[in-house]
Amino acid sequence: GCLLTGLGVYDRVGHFAGGGSIVPITGFANSVCSPAMEFRSEGYIFGMAAKMFVVAGPIIVFGVSASVVVGLIYYIVGLFV
Amino acid sequence: MGKHTVYFKNKPRIIGTFTVAGPKEGKSNFSKHVHAILDDDKFGEKTFEKAECKMLSFAIANAIKAAGKSPGDIDALISGDLLNQIISSSFAARDFDFPYIGIYNACSTLSEGLALSAALVDGGYMKNVVTGTGSHFATAERQYRYPLELGCTRPPQSQWTVTGAGAAVVSDTGDYPKIVSATFGKVVDFGVTDANNMGAAMATAACDTLISLFEETGTRPEDYDLILTGDLGALGSRLLKILLEEGGFNIEKNHSDCGEMIYNIDEEEYQGGSGAGCSAVVFHSYVYDLLKKKRINKMILIATGALLSTVSAQQGESIPCVAHAVRLES
Repeated sequence: GCLLTGLGVYDRVGHFAGGGSIVPITGFANSVCSPAMEFRSEGYIFGMAAKMFVVAGPIIVFGVSASVVVGLIYYIVGLFV
Repeated sequence: MGKHTVYFKNKPRIIGTFTVAGPKEGKSNFSKHVHAILDDDKFGEKTFEKAECKMLSFAIANAIKAAGKSPGDIDALISGDLLNQIISSSFAARDFDFPYIGIYNACSTLSEGLALSAALVDGGYMKNVVTGTGSHFATAERQYRYPLELGCTRPPQSQWTVTGAGAAVVSDTGDYPKIVSATFGKVVDFGVTDANNMGAAMATAACDTLISLFEETGTRPEDYDLILTGDLGALGSRLLKILLEEGGFNIEKNHSDCGEMIYNIDEEEYQGGSGAGCSAVVFHSYVYDLLKKKRINKMILIATGALLSTVSAQQGESIPCVAHAVRLES
């Protein structure tokens, strides 16, 4: 994913593939790589590193939260079974 | 004088123009009219923002030359663009020694700038005012939408922001196309929330301003050789025609849209071009030329602007729009 993004080809893949190549997890590398490339002009710290997860951030937040919730349910159910 | 329309008794004239556009615009049929086409969309600069600024500065400097003036003759620069804090215009103004009047009305900046320049010159406050605007695909995407390499698909109602800039010098003497009046628009919000569908949002503002113009000047669409909108695109233009029909005005015969003119139809530009540079590049090259050669004698230039920001769209706001019109005669 990152290789294709860096070569500037991933967006053409997306044009052809439609939703298939942008949904996580297939599109995850592209969603991190493209802002990283884009915001490099604002410096490595406040530009690239800070903005790298601007598209992928919600995936991480909600993915981790969902897994915490699921884990809790699993644990509680496990106490009764 | 009506509520929105201001008449310029002394008929300030546009004495020189210059346009520059990027490589993609260079590939279209329209490119033969543009004064300068770049083969590098970074214009030799490190970032796209710097390139956009350089394009605007380049257009301003060359418009002054085309007008047969030197920078010392210019009394002010009126300019705006799409970037936050209109940095393209401010940093371009840094290259010059005349006063800078920054304005912002999104893609309506072209006609807003011409109207304000005309007012300053007509009132005798200034003799030569240069006005310009521009946009860049990469900087607009970065600010309003997604990173460039992100693999998401564009919806069919979207437009492609033009990489280009155009500038003109408005002056008080000479046998050149004249600005005879300006009709300033009010903000109109149709409730469109789709940031990709600006054509639909702007059509209502264009309709409102045009109806004010027709009613206050006592003219009808048939009185003009051309009614040119900025960047409504294919969908927005159709909507405008329908809205005006409801008001009793028919612009079918003499309406054109800069967004529809700048790219070839077979290219994948969906609804056509958009951006402040779109109308500037089309008007200050091809259309100005038609006026100079007197192939068009009376026209309305009405650029439309969508006044959203990234924040307003995310907060669930709809898109308020504005359209300013200037009437020109050869």
